[in-house]
Amino acid sequence: MADLPAGTQQAIDYSQHIPNNVDLSNDRALQRALERWQPAFLNWWDETGPANTANLEVYLRTAISVDRDGWANFGYVRMPEYRWGIFLTPRDEHRKIHFGDRKDEPAWQDVPGEYRSTLRRIIVTQGDTEPASVEQQRLLGATCPSLYDLRNLFQVNVEEGRHLWAMVYLLHKHFGRDGREEAEALLQRRSGDPNNPRILTAFNEKTSNWLAYYMFTFFTDRDGKFQLAALAESAFDPLARTTKFMLTEEAHHMFVGESGVARVLQRSCEIMREHNLTDPSQVRAQGVIDLETLQRFVNFHYSVTLDLFGSEVSSNAASYYTGGLKGRYGETNITDNHSLGTDFYTIQEIENGAVANRQVPALTALNARLRDDYTREIQAGVDRWNRIPERFGIPFQMMLPHVGFHRKIGSFAGQYVSPEGRLLSKEDWERQSASWLPSDNDHEFVGSLMGRVIEPGKFANWIAPPVRGINNQPIEFEYVRFN
Amino acid sequence: MDAVLAEPNSVSDFVDFQTAPSRYRHWKLSIEDRVATLAMDVQEDAGIRPGYKLKLNSYDLGVDIELHDALQRIRFEHPEVASVVLTSAKPRVFCSGANIYMLGLSSHAWKVNFCKFTNETRNGMEDSSADSGLKFIAALNGSTAGGGYELALACDEIALVDDRSSAVSLPEVPLLGVLPGTGGLTRLTDKRHVRRDLADVFCTTPEGVQGQRAKDWGLVDAVVKPQEFEAYVKSRALALAALSDRPNDARGVELTPLKRAIDEHGYHYRYVDVALDPQRRTATLTIRAPESAGPASIDEILAAGAEWWPFEMSRELDDAILSLRINQVELGVWIFSAEGDRKNVLDIDSVLFSNRDHWFVREVIGMMRRTFARIDVTSRSLYALVEPATCFAGSLLELALAADRVYMLDDPQCSIALSEMNFGGLEMPNGLARLEARFHGDQSRISELREHIGHALGPREAAQLGLVTFTPDELDWNDEIRLAIESRLALSPDAMTGLEANLRFGEHESMESRIFGRLSAWQNWIFVRPNAVGPLGALKVYGTGNRAKFDWERV
Repeated sequence: MADLPAGTQQAIDYSQHIPNNVDLSNDRALQRALERWQPAFLNWWDETGPANTANLEVYLRTAISVDRDGWANFGYVRMPEYRWGIFLTPRDEHRKIHFGDRKDEPAWQDVPGEYRSTLRRIIVTQGDTEPASVEQQRLLGATCPSLYDLRNLFQVNVEEGRHLWAMVYLLHKHFGRDGREEAEALLQRRSGDPNNPRILTAFNEKTSNWLAYYMFTFFTDRDGKFQLAALAESAFDPLARTTKFMLTEEAHHMFVGESGVARVLQRSCEIMREHNLTDPSQVRAQGVIDLETLQRFVNFHYSVTLDLFGSEVSSNAASYYTGGLKGRYGETNITDNHSLGTDFYTIQEIENGAVANRQVPALTALNARLRDDYTREIQAGVDRWNRIPERFGIPFQMMLPHVGFHRKIGSFAGQYVSPEGRLLSKEDWERQSASWLPSDNDHEFVGSLMGRVIEPGKFANWIAPPVRGINNQPIEFEYVRFN
Repeated sequence: MDAVLAEPNSVSDFVDFQTAPSRYRHWKLSIEDRVATLAMDVQEDAGIRPGYKLKLNSYDLGVDIELHDALQRIRFEHPEVASVVLTSAKPRVFCSGANIYMLGLSSHAWKVNFCKFTNETRNGMEDSSADSGLKFIAALNGSTAGGGYELALACDEIALVDDRSSAVSLPEVPLLGVLPGTGGLTRLTDKRHVRRDLADVFCTTPEGVQGQRAKDWGLVDAVVKPQEFEAYVKSRALALAALSDRPNDARGVELTPLKRAIDEHGYHYRYVDVALDPQRRTATLTIRAPESAGPASIDEILAAGAEWWPFEMSRELDDAILSLRINQVELGVWIFSAEGDRKNVLDIDSVLFSNRDHWFVREVIGMMRRTFARIDVTSRSLYALVEPATCFAGSLLELALAADRVYMLDDPQCSIALSEMNFGGLEMPNGLARLEARFHGDQSRISELREHIGHALGPREAAQLGLVTFTPDELDWNDEIRLAIESRLALSPDAMTGLEANLRFGEHESMESRIFGRLSAWQNWIFVRPNAVGPLGALKVYGTGNRAKFDWERV
């Protein structure tokens, strides 16, 4: 019940330990909340963050201010000493709400009582994904394909940690005791723990190998980007400014994913071309991942990520929009009246035994719309991947499966839809799904390739080196120092 | 709705609950021996709002404000009065109830406020009968319909003149499509124990029941020939007076006019201040403790009279509550605060408690009880804010206990305190002390609380004892309170009214709580249904010659 009494706080020099632009040193309420939370966070990091890494010196980027140069300071850091900070993009004094019922009213600097619990739920749900992904990736360091990749993994991990801080800042600053309790709970849930799981299903799946990790950062982190972008439109200005700053870091995570898969593809194509192989088992025999397996991973990660967008038709999404809590992707740049009062949107669902289009009020289809925006961007990434086999003259194109494929949430949940969008019987599905989704055998095979490569400039056989290093450093740079 | 009787929009429309006998237009108060006679003589053209005539001793809010004032005068200014005769100064009609045209023209909120106030006045009569030795006789010297009979039902005895034409009736259902909602239906069974099938017949028979049958059914206590009527009533009044412990020889305490200023910021009294915040839709009621504990002996108390703090404070609070309810219907959250020295309130509580058998102290406690009970049935969200400068102690703690939530600042300077007055004397409409209702009659908790009487209870202790809801600290306080208010005001006001009314009372019911709960809830449902208030609803077409057109679906 009690918080720490005043007077125990002089021990901490906030501006030193916690880079911030929220005037932490003059905010007693925030200091008080962090006094308890920061040690708990460090315990959490120690317990569930990257395993056996406390003494490693990692060449990391740290945000120390929101200036042009301040958000990307590079240097060697021991991760537990990483300076997780609190940054919001600077405030625009004149910012107005630009969609929903309260359009043109000044943006809120404080949480309106009416929306307190809804905003808290949105922030907690978003915040929960950040530590979850760190937990999912805890053991990957042991099988890194290179120092370069190891460093990128850790960069993603510390930044997910900082994104947790960002959400916790909002909870501490604006949600009183409830917020402090939620912030503690964010450190208490555990990815995959059946008794105390993370909130969203996808964040309780294991990230068991590096291919899954690249897929996750490409597909699932990009869901994060779209969710953050929609929140960056929020009428609740601190949320908008926090998520806007998080987006600058999210770009790197998606880069890790897209370039990671591209390098795997590149390596497989090199080997296929070199030995003139097409048969997957022959490709595998060369110690690289066959393109068919890559496609199955794409099918899996894309479809489970689509579930994160929620039901196509959602009254919650509608009320978030009307209330000004969560906008559309790129809301500011959309040229309509930003109310969606009478508009319609086309969604897909099963009707009379086939996939059909249906017009629904646009306000209720905001999840579907955000998901469609997401798919457009994902498709562009897949198109870039497809240039690689093309360059090698290999007639193989990676495809995104149909939106109804392998879904557990929304109008396709419980239906059996092939990657091409055909409705199947359960029996048909069961007969064919092994060729569409990664099998135990696939996981076993990919797992068998994973070994630890930590010699600077060396890369595992199954992945090509990147085109360039980090922060203009050479590829053979010692991105992680082992002491 | 084509209502003309809506809530006031300007200061000139302000509905004032203060009046005095010299200004009565509808009642005649006379006192002889130990019997007061209140004769109803409603002036047709003196409605509180335009648009209807108060024919046949029908009443509106203005008539009832006078009745309430007259009862207060009897309680305080005339301690020698031990029984009250309610009768009519008009020939052949006692009272024909609430004016139908007024109801037809009223907004829903006005109807509900009107009914609530009239209910409280009648409950107050029963409260005085039970606790103050003041007995009531209804002398029905003419036809008695609807609210007229409901007024009679609030009396201890009912005598009906047997003139072959005067009847008692509750014609609301057959004539108006609504209920006898000022306690009539409840008192018929719960108080007078009229058999349910006979009550059913009575309530669906527009002409009512007269003569011997009225007595046989238990609707009245006596039917008396016209020539014997006056003597009978007088003998019963004297007989009841003889049973009373009201003093024969005491001097009354004059109800001096309240010192009150009203401006756009609120209502300002000596011990009560109401700050209106129409922007935020809140009213903050601050009650001030006196600068000293004041008189300790009965003589000093009587000398202080209307200026004795508990009396003046509760009269002011009473007026503030009534004024807010009807004049500020959109202020959805009332915030209670209490200022001043806790010790003075606790000292006064001891004086109240130890002199509770003296007629004036007893009346003051009754006044406090009825005033606080108005809060319990007020359809506003109630928050109490306990901060270092506040003095929620003893009888003032009742305001916090009446609140839907209590926020107490987690600060060592901040405390509340219990007194004997929290354990009896200031009961809610369900007859329970607020502590008893709060803890669902758990006697072990009540006795535990008794041990804390007079002690300063800090935030942690108060929270642990279950006396406060939340104890945010100084860093969280402003935001928590702002959010608690904002989030409350974003919710449906109707759902809030229903929620609060359901949660405030707990499992124990009394006749009074059934009137405010069961009867009023059904009545208010009927009041918004088209069968009553639609264009061809029974209440709307009454007196136009048109027949009501009902939707026959039973819901």
